[in-house]
Amino acid sequence: MIQIRDISTIELDINGEKRKVTVRAADTLLHTLREQLGLTGAKAGCENGDCGACTVLVDGWPIKSCLMLAVEAVGHSVTTIEGLKNAPTQKAFFENWGFQCGYCTSGFIMNCHALATIHPGADDDTIADWLQSNICRCTSYEEIANAVKQVLKKDI
Amino acid sequence: MKIVGKTVPRKEGLDKVTGAAKYNDDIREPVAIVVADTEYQAQQAAYLINVEYEPLPVVRTPSQAIEEGAPLIHENLGHYGKEIDDVYPVPGTNIADHTKIRKGNMDKGWEESDVVVEGEYFMPKSDHIAMETRNVRVKIDPTGKVRVYSSTQSPHAIKAELALAFNLDEGDIIVTAPLVGGGFGGKAPVNLEFIAYIASRAVGGRLVRLANTREEDIATSPTKIGIEAKIKLGATKDGILKAAELRYLVDAGAYSDTAPRMAKTMASNGTGPYNIENVWCDSICLYTNNTYSTSFRGFGNIAHTFCMERTLDKLAKALNMSPFELRLKNAIGPGHTSATQVKITRSSVGDLEKCLHRLNELIDMERSLRVEEAKDKIIAKGMSCFWKTSASNTDAISGAILTFNKDGSINLICGVMEIGSGVKTGLAQILAERMNMEVDKIHVQMEVNTESSPKHWKTVASMSTFMAGRAVLAAADDAIRQLKDIGAMVMRVDPSQLEVGGQKVYMKSDPDNYVQFKDIVHGFKHQGGGNAVGGQIIGKGTYIMENLTILDLDTGKGRMGPAWTVGVQAVEVEYNTKEHTYKLLKAATVLDAGRVINPQAAKGVVMGGMSMGLSLGSREAFIYGRDGGILNSSLRTYKVMRFGEHPDYLVEFIETPAQNGPYGARGFGEHGILGMPAALANALSRATGLELDQVPINPELIWKMKTEALS
Ligand code: FES
Ligand code: FES
Repeated sequence: MIQIRDISTIELDINGEKRKVTVRAADTLLHTLREQLGLTGAKAGCENGDCGACTVLVDGWPIKSCLMLAVEAVGHSVTTIEGLKNAPTQKAFFENWGFQCGYCTSGFIMNCHALATIHPGADDDTIADWLQSNICRCTSYEEIANAVKQVLKKDI
Repeated sequence: MKIVGKTVPRKEGLDKVTGAAKYNDDIREPVAIVVADTEYQAQQAAYLINVEYEPLPVVRTPSQAIEEGAPLIHENLGHYGKEIDDVYPVPGTNIADHTKIRKGNMDKGWEESDVVVEGEYFMPKSDHIAMETRNVRVKIDPTGKVRVYSSTQSPHAIKAELALAFNLDEGDIIVTAPLVGGGFGGKAPVNLEFIAYIASRAVGGRLVRLANTREEDIATSPTKIGIEAKIKLGATKDGILKAAELRYLVDAGAYSDTAPRMAKTMASNGTGPYNIENVWCDSICLYTNNTYSTSFRGFGNIAHTFCMERTLDKLAKALNMSPFELRLKNAIGPGHTSATQVKITRSSVGDLEKCLHRLNELIDMERSLRVEEAKDKIIAKGMSCFWKTSASNTDAISGAILTFNKDGSINLICGVMEIGSGVKTGLAQILAERMNMEVDKIHVQMEVNTESSPKHWKTVASMSTFMAGRAVLAAADDAIRQLKDIGAMVMRVDPSQLEVGGQKVYMKSDPDNYVQFKDIVHGFKHQGGGNAVGGQIIGKGTYIMENLTILDLDTGKGRMGPAWTVGVQAVEVEYNTKEHTYKLLKAATVLDAGRVINPQAAKGVVMGGMSMGLSLGSREAFIYGRDGGILNSSLRTYKVMRFGEHPDYLVEFIETPAQNGPYGARGFGEHGILGMPAALANALSRATGLELDQVPINPELIWKMKTEALS
């Protein structure tokens, strides 16, 4: 068990690297990623678990980093969008115009990336079930659906 | 070359899918308004502040605000300095502005009408919900220079308004604005910048960051207008519109901001894209205690479209005519005049009839408008036409600067913000087309800096491609002239004999005889001696709005925008008669774009608008508590469209060039939203047999109205 009083230093596994960060017990993972590590790909759209803009992968599963404390991430591997390199999901979003302002995009990409890994044969209902956790205010979602389908087809 | 009209990948697209895209809120610094070193401390300090409020009577709606004896929101309305030419507040009332349209002869219009229909409509205030909440950082250098970093659609307006408010020299204010995480009009006004400036000044100019939480962004930063309206239409028995009487009450909230301009827009465009000779409109903008209103995608045009298109459906029913035929018969075209008495030309308005016919092919609007599919299931369709011109300042300007790199590529610098539409990619295409070169060799400066980017009025009004596009063309022509001049020196011919293309200046008579950009853009160096001629090439171009006028106070006569963009939309729903729920099956738009610069970007921005319009029509509204506060200020309680709820989208473009647009292009960044609430309400009214004259239309509203109808 980790005990944190006031401000402490912990070690996180971020994008395959061990990173030391100094946190308060109440600091969210999102806050720590952005403020301490300069990993600003994950966005704060609501900080209330409602929009998915802050989605990162924890041990391969999509997690809203605004709802997870930084200390809870100790001992787990965290992947942010900065940790994806030429992933098929990124390519698919680029090619299918799955973004406009781009603010929701890293959250969607992380969610879709996990979906493609965990459910490579996902049907429409499963896709909707997963992606309903993220909000995009610019696109019509159809572009995003096309991107997801492109990724899933390749992975099957 | 043919770059205009081709789908070109987004210039900043790779940044956006790799997480490298930097938004204003990605650049970290300390926090304030209770100025402290960390957000945590600021929050702790804020808890120590105790505010005691004395509750006053609340003016909630515009109809309450206009009542005789209503509490006055601005008791000193008559004593404020007047800052806007054509806005006329009425002291001693809550009226922020009153726009009148008086066209033709109403008595004659009603006399010629065989059928008259009326309706009353309501659209609530709601929020922009840009995914990046508003945020700003300000610092003041020891030299007095004020540095502002903002998530904004209007960096140049921030400079002007801070200067005005704090008596600063404009030249001492430098606003930097990176990519914007959504705006939709909500980041057009200057809002947090004032507070952040005061905060920085209070701590000796230290960098201060002020960022809205989602809850603050919804409840305290400016929102969309709300409206109440009464519409009366008269037509002959053949369905020819003869008279329209329109009355709008517009909810400005506590401050006017752009609400009076939107009320004006509603008045001037309120007839929709239809030819009506006799028009009477009163559009009254009112102060209430609600959060103040500002521009929202569509700029008031969603509201009048909703009212007009609902009334047209009622008229069609009264005439026993298909809604399609009624609209087709009255479609505005060359030779007609607008409600503000502007002559309509093919160039100024595009081709609504063509749009209508094409839409009818995509979704048949003459047959099977309501089909009982199964016991509890009804499929119904509804449609709406729309039009919109910009309501820009009459002297709005734009500009572009082109600099060249030693490899012969071009940097395009302008003051337009990339808020999501892909506008800067479109500008690169316009430039590439005119320079006759690869679009890959054009670098667009995404970040705007008011010290070095030429002024662009504001990234609003669907006018950026139009205005900046014209400036870019002028800059390209300026650069081409310089390139030919140097080319002429080098090649020892008259410049008139030269052409530009493929990053070369070549002889028209012999394209193999050329000099490359890379050898001349930073001056041409003679071989041997090394002496040089020409110097650096810098292209500049500017644009100022042409021929716009403010509206006449008594009649509303005047030209608000450079051209209209027209179109038509339809929605198909599946209604469950037992549960009063519905599914969105299909949504279609056919729009006259003038010229499509980038098809995929164009389709995306229209579909995005449609999605937002369906969201407004089906779920978005503020819910107020008894004390007047907004209750649903989180994304858990304020609902927007989610993945999987979207219908199949059908989007097509007609291309009738606007003679004054770059390559004929018209603005349409906002337009996808305009007719969606109306088309949805028309479809659901048909499905349910109710007159659904307000939004959002959710199962609860349908159920309530059904129950009331039964009792
Ligand atoms: S910021 Fe985490 S869900 Fe919105
Ligand atoms: S692209 Fe702007 S919110 Fe999704």
